[in-house]
Amino acid sequence: MNFFDWDFALSILPDLLKASLNTLLITFAGFAIAIVLGLLLAIARRSRHLWLSWPVAGLIEFIRSTPLLIQVYFLFYVFPNYGLNLTALQAGILGIALHYACYTAEVYRAGLDAVPRGQWEAVTALNMSPLSAYRQIILPQALRPILPALGNYLVAMLKDTPVLSAITVVEIMQQAKNIGSESFRYLEPITMVGIFFLLLSLALAWCVRRVEDRLEVTAR
Amino acid sequence: MPQPIVRFTDVTKRYGNLTVLNKLNLDVAPGEKVAIIGPSGSGKSTLLRALMTLESIDEGVICVDDEPLTHMPARDGRLVPASASHQRKVRGKIGMVFQSFNLFPHMCALQNVIEAPMQVLGMGRKEATERAEDLLAMVGLGEKLRHFPSQLSGGQQQRVAIARALAMRPKVMLFDEVTSALDPELCGEVLNVIRRLGSEHNLTMLMVTHQMGFAREFADRVCFFHQGCIHEQGTPDQLFGNPQQERTKAFLSAVNEAN
Amino acid sequence: MTDLFPLLLQGAWVTVQVTFWGSLLAIVSAVIAALGRLSPIGPLRWLAITYIEIFRGTSLLVQLFWLYFVLPMPPFNVEMSAFTVAIVGLGLHIGAYGAEVMRGAIRSVAKGQYEACTALNMHPSKRFLRIILPQALLAAIPPGTNLLIELLKNTSLVSLITLSDLAFRARQLDQATFMTLEIFALALVLYFFMAQVINLGMRLLEKRLSRGRMRGGLQ
Repeated sequence: MNFFDWDFALSILPDLLKASLNTLLITFAGFAIAIVLGLLLAIARRSRHLWLSWPVAGLIEFIRSTPLLIQVYFLFYVFPNYGLNLTALQAGILGIALHYACYTAEVYRAGLDAVPRGQWEAVTALNMSPLSAYRQIILPQALRPILPALGNYLVAMLKDTPVLSAITVVEIMQQAKNIGSESFRYLEPITMVGIFFLLLSLALAWCVRRVEDRLEVTAR
Repeated sequence: MPQPIVRFTDVTKRYGNLTVLNKLNLDVAPGEKVAIIGPSGSGKSTLLRALMTLESIDEGVICVDDEPLTHMPARDGRLVPASASHQRKVRGKIGMVFQSFNLFPHMCALQNVIEAPMQVLGMGRKEATERAEDLLAMVGLGEKLRHFPSQLSGGQQQRVAIARALAMRPKVMLFDEVTSALDPELCGEVLNVIRRLGSEHNLTMLMVTHQMGFAREFADRVCFFHQGCIHEQGTPDQLFGNPQQERTKAFLSAVNEAN
Repeated sequence: MTDLFPLLLQGAWVTVQVTFWGSLLAIVSAVIAALGRLSPIGPLRWLAITYIEIFRGTSLLVQLFWLYFVLPMPPFNVEMSAFTVAIVGLGLHIGAYGAEVMRGAIRSVAKGQYEACTALNMHPSKRFLRIILPQALLAAIPPGTNLLIELLKNTSLVSLITLSDLAFRARQLDQATFMTLEIFALALVLYFFMAQVINLGMRLLEKRLSRGRMRGGLQ
């Protein structure tokens, strides 16, 4: 038997690529939700009202210190008992988005904290509404440290998508396992999935660095 | 002059286009105390750092106790770059005290002093500790053995650093602007320790310093450094009292005005 | 509820063991890989970079499956228990991230420390073990704590290679009892508790190691 059966590898490539679309869908849909939800959490956490900021801070800390897998189980197995039926894919996207929203919230918080105090005071002195203050003055300045950090979490999310195979989402890892259990050949499918993640995460990391470099330039 | 313990022969050091040491020649006799003064950027510290092998040199030879430091004789008698072990052997005769102390922050004063004797000389803990206690008492820190560097003042840290260097029993001690990082009122305690060393031990000392008063009182010889070589040298009375070169006069009068 | 707890605790004990041994392996591989990464010897550096990039880039679950399903087959024929796979996989995975943390920590040690070691004629190996590493480890504690918590969270994935850890027990009990909400909530709380223990432990360790160092400073 060959060490690595190239014909077999070629024959399973279409199936793997098809499943990789789900991987990409989960990653990008999850990321889109996470960056919006994270911003909301960050703003809530900075709120002057303790009834809002404390529970949000607790929630962020709790979700960040517990496994994504159990959180996904929770969404997929507990929610239907209370009438909220999610498909595996929906539960997966929601779970990974919620998990990473708690990380992006901390990124926003660090970015907002990096905006000099004087800017906040100027906003108050100009009597701007909180919404336009955030949108026009604060966020543009906070963006420089924020964008690369968000990019790193996009890469991390991509690599966490195989976790969703545990709730029967057929992403690329689950597909590879299915192929393996049918053909009793694990080497090719699992190695190919590894290469898929390696290439994609290296490419994304490269893009993040490009963005970072460009931000360095415009900041001067 | 007796056989020199340190000899620089045509030593040149460049950083890119900048020549920091320019065909420098210097002999230091055993037990001699040499002060090196001069404007900043003139290569004073580089001289000490080259002798400590912290900087490589581009040309020339440095000898310690008649043995080449950065070179060693090959079979045919020519000098070739020194191996790491040869360098370590010759370097063992030299100790150095830095401007920024460079104490090990995770060790207390005593540990700082016993570390190298135990790890490098293979001394037993008991002997190393006894010697370290004597040395720390000598620099006036007998009460601070268990203090960590961050719990000591700058002057106290520098005195620990002196004890740490002495614990290796060097023949030559290098002092690289050892009071420059200290507040003026703390300089005295460090200089007093160096004074005691000079009078009680037969150590060879090379010091780069901005303390002209100390150089005049303490050194056997003062070298005025300018543009990578020794521009003028002599006894303290000659150099400070009757400098011959224009550059030396200009430097000394500028220093006097500043004080 | 009271019946669930002992079984979940059994699973949690497996999680604790995997976390402990995995952390040890992760720390060791992080230090070794960081050294390789900083080595002046080309092949060593490339070996370290390859290790770091592969284990950071290919997703943990893929690595666990590879170790568990591919390695026992020809041409490798290396069979490991699920427990060993869990420790090796998690340790090497987090170790690759830890290598970058350690590299930063080693480079954060002041240049003067190296010069002092040269002036005291220390051998480079002694210099690293006695002077540089202790300072670097202290600097690596805060980012390292986050990585250890990542490791703890990631232990849940070993349930997918049949190891009966906390996640595995939770899923098993869920199928047997249908007390879904209680079981998963309890599992989450247990993980949270373990994470806080790591947090607290590392903070105490940092305090202990930096005793005498932060107070005072240069006066």
